[in-house]
Amino acid sequence: MTEAAIIPRRTALLGAAASGALLFAGAGAEAQPQKPAELKIGITTFLSGPASVFGVPGRQAAEMLADDINRQGGIGGVPLRLFFVDEAPGTDHLVGEFRRLVQSEGVQVMFASISSGSCLACTPLSDELRKTTVLWDCGTQRIFEEGNHPFAFRTQGYGTPEVLAPLLYLLRHRSDFRSLAVINQDYAWGRDSWELWKTAMDTLKPGVRVVAELFPRFNSTDFSTEITRLLALRPDVILSTSWGGELVTLIRQAVERRLFERSLFVLPVAEASLPQLGRTMPAGHIIGARGDHWNNHPAPRDPAALKRFVDEYRQRFNEYPIYPCHHMAQAFAALQGAYARAIQAKGGGWPNDQELAAGFRGLTFPTPTATITIREDGQGLEDQIVGLSAHGDQYPFAVPEKMIVYPGERVSAPAGQKSVDWLRTLKPEIVQQAGRPLGAG
Amino acid sequence: MFGWFEENGLLLGLALLDGLASAALIFLVAVGLNLVFGVLRVLNVAHGSLYAIGAYVAASLGIAFASGGLPPWASFAALVVAAALVGAVLGPAIEGLLLRRVYGQEQVLQLLVTFALFMILEDVQKLVWGVQPVHHDAGLRWLGTVDVPFGTDVIPFTAYQLFVLPGVAVLTLVGLAWFLRRTLTGRVIVAVTTDREAATAMGIDARRVYLLTFTFGAALAALGGALSSPTAALVPGIGAQTIVLSFAVVATAGLGQIEGAALTALLIGIGRSIAVYFEPELEVVVPYLIMVAVLLVRPQGLFGVVETRRV
Repeated sequence: MTEAAIIPRRTALLGAAASGALLFAGAGAEAQPQKPAELKIGITTFLSGPASVFGVPGRQAAEMLADDINRQGGIGGVPLRLFFVDEAPGTDHLVGEFRRLVQSEGVQVMFASISSGSCLACTPLSDELRKTTVLWDCGTQRIFEEGNHPFAFRTQGYGTPEVLAPLLYLLRHRSDFRSLAVINQDYAWGRDSWELWKTAMDTLKPGVRVVAELFPRFNSTDFSTEITRLLALRPDVILSTSWGGELVTLIRQAVERRLFERSLFVLPVAEASLPQLGRTMPAGHIIGARGDHWNNHPAPRDPAALKRFVDEYRQRFNEYPIYPCHHMAQAFAALQGAYARAIQAKGGGWPNDQELAAGFRGLTFPTPTATITIREDGQGLEDQIVGLSAHGDQYPFAVPEKMIVYPGERVSAPAGQKSVDWLRTLKPEIVQQAGRPLGAG
Repeated sequence: MFGWFEENGLLLGLALLDGLASAALIFLVAVGLNLVFGVLRVLNVAHGSLYAIGAYVAASLGIAFASGGLPPWASFAALVVAAALVGAVLGPAIEGLLLRRVYGQEQVLQLLVTFALFMILEDVQKLVWGVQPVHHDAGLRWLGTVDVPFGTDVIPFTAYQLFVLPGVAVLTLVGLAWFLRRTLTGRVIVAVTTDREAATAMGIDARRVYLLTFTFGAALAALGGALSSPTAALVPGIGAQTIVLSFAVVATAGLGQIEGAALTALLIGIGRSIAVYFEPELEVVVPYLIMVAVLLVRPQGLFGVVETRRV
């Protein structure tokens, strides 16, 4: 005899009624949430360790943007309150903090993260907790290519366009190169970005000789040996997707030993390091910004907004904003857009988690330089601008000239396709067709 | 075999030059840690922080000297001043306020105390110098480069890398050996390292020796950091990777052995360079492969002395 069969009929009926009432109450609570006293946002970022060169500017930008939004009355009349979590202690700590913020602090939206590993750990949590999670800076292509995440949305580009755009620029600018060496950091981004680059390069320009694949350990402070080897090998092109202090050190040591005079460098993540390098960065090398937010963008969508953001950040923190600051601004702009959309769809009511997520899906939101659209799979399509490093009077550091803008949809793998598979299908025409030269430079 | 050498001999030569400079920096940091460990028997995790602070102070002093109109060579003085400052200020403070309280305690407690200090000093670095890369290389640029022949080609090396780093390491090694063996204070330190009980029974003031050794070790860590500052961009976290490598050197060299530290640093520096040329994937594990290989043959370290356990 089963256990169900011995439950008295009256008890079962009472239980069913109670369960139904609970379900109804739950549905009602989710459908009609009260407008909260404050909109709590949890933000995971690097506050310590080497990646804090990105994480701290990201936090600074978040604080500045939240202050600005609160001065204007908040989002839907609700002021913002930020909670920061340090990514540096690792994913176990991060996952625990994510849960704590959502379940104990009652955070309504999470912004996660700088590290791709952190994002890969946080997106399953967004599924489980059904909590809208804005992927504000991480670049791994795996997030939306390996699964559906109905509550996760990336408000910027990702690894594939950020690597493909500089490659297309190289093929347009110096199509006759025959040999290439790579020197990337030895961790997920360094390895993944090389795989993406190599796949696309082998498709678009087969036969390039890869003379060295160097992956110095993460957080290295000395690249002397690698530089000696590259000097001896004399590759036509040297690719490095490194960032932060390591990129600054690599460039400085390479400049001191005249490596820039022997090879053309392609540096897809250079933008964030250029202010630290000042005049040291040699001219004429290919630089990217993980987006289109260059200070000297010749034709931004809203020049006044770009200037306002840069000036306010500089005034408050005494430094130029770098790409994590712009990515944070994109996350806030998307959040405002999604809430406005969700509130409007609900006739002025405060949205629940599902309604907020629906507000993000398919959202097009403005940035100072362009607009970004979040696809159905949750991936944002952000334009990429690549150019050649140059020095002028306006900035005490290198900025790009001869810029080419690559629209996000042209350099991103279509929804539902894996990047590596898609890159293998590229046709040579993409080199000339995907990008559009910007300005007179 | 000979064919391989014929083909790669020039590359091996380049790897040796790179390895020497790398070994010099490793030695300078590890020898301080080894000295402190040998005398105080405390594994100081915060040694990496002293390295980082030495680097930051040297860069800041260099920038201050340059903005004060001093010539580029003055930045070399900044390196030495930074090491002395960090040693003199932080050394006695850490030894007197923290380490003195945990001598003879459980090693776990000692490790926790120095690890806590490491974390605190990491945050202090961020508070003082921020998170963006800091660098100053006026002295390095002033020295210029040296073209090393490579077949029909030449490979530019910085003179700083070829001469200054190995030179300072050799001077430090010789100076330390002379100090420890030829001066009274040095002999007292060696006596405490060899047999603390017997040394104190003979009337040696162990507290003074501990203070002096730790201050000296701190200054050496800071000197390593200061010397690395012209070549590297300084960011949060540089101390952490340094300390891990230094531990490997100390374990391989043997307790309190400065010549052992020098030889181990040389093995690691050259081993890593050769790996970059011929098997780059191995570069990260080379120090630990060397450590394991040495400890399998000589568990007490390259120059270590087998100790009898006292009951």
